[in-house]
Amino acid sequence: MTESGTTHSTVQAITAALKDKPGALLPILHGIQNALGYIPAESIPDIATALHLSRAEVHGVISFYHYFRDTPPGKQTIHLCRAESCQAMGGKQLEDHVKIRLGIDFHQTTADGKFSLEPVYCLGNCACSPAMQIGKDIYGRVSADTFDSVINDMEESA
Amino acid sequence: MSITIYVPCDSSAVSMGADRVASAITHEAAKRGISIELIRNGSRGMYWLEPLVEVATEKGRIAYGSVQAGDVPGLFDAGFTQGGTHALSLGLTEEIDYFKKQQRLTFARIGKTDPVSLTDYVNNEGYRGLKNALSMPQADIVKAVTDSGLRGRGGAAFPTGIKWNTVLNTPSAQKYIICNADEGDSGTFSDRMVMEGDPFVLIEGMTIAGVAVGATQGYIYLRIEYPHAFDILNTAIANAYQAGYLGDNIQGSGKTFHLEVRQGAGAYVCGEETSLMESLEGKRGLVRFKPPLPAIKGLFGQPTVVNNVISLASVPVILDKGGDYYRDFGMGRSRGTLPVQLAGNIKHPGLVELGFGLTLRELLYDFGGGSASGRPIRAVQVGGPLGAYMPESQFDTPLDYEAFAAIWAVLGHGGIVVFDDTVDMAEMARYSMEFCAIESCGKCTPCRIGSTRGYEVMDDIINGRDLDKNIPLLRDLCDTLLNGSLCALGGMTPYPVLSALNHFPEDFGINAKATAA
Repeated sequence: MTESGTTHSTVQAITAALKDKPGALLPILHGIQNALGYIPAESIPDIATALHLSRAEVHGVISFYHYFRDTPPGKQTIHLCRAESCQAMGGKQLEDHVKIRLGIDFHQTTADGKFSLEPVYCLGNCACSPAMQIGKDIYGRVSADTFDSVINDMEESA
Repeated sequence: MSITIYVPCDSSAVSMGADRVASAITHEAAKRGISIELIRNGSRGMYWLEPLVEVATEKGRIAYGSVQAGDVPGLFDAGFTQGGTHALSLGLTEEIDYFKKQQRLTFARIGKTDPVSLTDYVNNEGYRGLKNALSMPQADIVKAVTDSGLRGRGGAAFPTGIKWNTVLNTPSAQKYIICNADEGDSGTFSDRMVMEGDPFVLIEGMTIAGVAVGATQGYIYLRIEYPHAFDILNTAIANAYQAGYLGDNIQGSGKTFHLEVRQGAGAYVCGEETSLMESLEGKRGLVRFKPPLPAIKGLFGQPTVVNNVISLASVPVILDKGGDYYRDFGMGRSRGTLPVQLAGNIKHPGLVELGFGLTLRELLYDFGGGSASGRPIRAVQVGGPLGAYMPESQFDTPLDYEAFAAIWAVLGHGGIVVFDDTVDMAEMARYSMEFCAIESCGKCTPCRIGSTRGYEVMDDIINGRDLDKNIPLLRDLCDTLLNGSLCALGGMTPYPVLSALNHFPEDFGINAKATAA
């Protein structure tokens, strides 16, 4: 099956399974992003048809929420906390280091496709600031050194 | 007899290496042929000691912390499975001063039990509140909550019982209970601790709310940033269904309550209750005009209770021990306890649950131990990103909704973020405006445009351009945001901005003495 064919059938299956829930759109979008890593533009007509919405309405919801993305992410997505507690513990300096180490800014993906960098406004790990999240894993009291060693390990195992 | 060892599954503990410690303990015990039972408990909330490992002994649970995986063989050598002494020994967990001095009502079980074990929950006073509620008339349940003096712990501090009463008295075939678990306020983590450490208390609280107002469907709207809470809640909900604590005939009472967790998608504004309901309905999280109140016309147009996690998690103890019991804690019109979260630049960060009335200074120094950096504490932000920055001169303010309101500050969800004297308050004010611009839902102009103009003006101020014009412009902008915004996001962004300006004018390039003169 072609790649777009796979996408199409994945979107169809997720939409069919969830469309009858009350307020089904967010669960469907989460389902698609969990399966594909992002919400491809070509999935919008399928979702709109299933929920009797216009394509504009579906696009409007996707674009409203920071978490939903319409482009493929890197192999790992790093969510770095920018909020006050992390700032109080050197979060800004860590942010500068991370951007230099990866060579990208927020909302970008490294050229080798390994890492995407996203800001996050609190991970609820404020007692262990500064904090970041990679996939489901949360890291606390992150220093420039611990960041480098986590990233180095991931690059080696990639 | 098998030895019971506790290593928290709390995501902050995990962020400090708790999973690695747990597997090192399992591995080392197997290697030495020692039979152990490893329980992944919630966190006791003493985060500078995480990962905090506990061993059950005849005298009580003995704590070791903070433990890293590399410490584990040494702990076994020291006989820690029998409570042996080691450099990381902290003695009996519940005798640790920070913990012992607390009044834990809502957090009574957290850290003690296996979060997803219904047996543990029931054996530790769980589901006693629901049992009482099921034998009470609906109005009496609401009355107990009203009598307790419980006010919404999400931030607005609206009396919970009054909200419930409105929903109870609004006739409808379908009503809803929503738990607002979109704990987006930076510096707060008590909701997360409840959901990861004692999910059944939230489930029980929501079930009681459903029984009280006649709602048969509940939703927990959980922020996407809490994936561990999502898994734990779903496991606990499945266990509750299986044991007949959720579903069509709860414990044979004939009452129905269904519960589902829904994930948000990274929008701070969805913590605002009307925006949250739009999101649950599958739309952009645009704030709604009020009235109609959600209690009358809420989710899908039906009467809806929207309460914060801590509010709902405080309900079981109220129904178990009575509204009077809960009301006897606290001060003034702030009744019961508040789980305070100490965060940022503080030596002993963590969760402190106490009756209202303690001063900020007691929290920051007696509990918090001063700053983590060892430098003087210059400012604290209380109540999340929309809370005021408070200088040292206000540290004697007691934790009380009215006392905070009197000095133009907010207690909110009880988060306290500490900054030492290296902080630049003009940068923090700029950040507040930037945050508002990033998170604005865009429905009302003061918030949508004002926040962007706000950080542009702050850029000018930080660069020292035209302060004579730009400082009044900033104040004017804040006035528009404060009075013209549709919800608290735009309406309260002036709190951190203006409090920073008023208390720390020197950071804005203003000579404080000249201004005062």
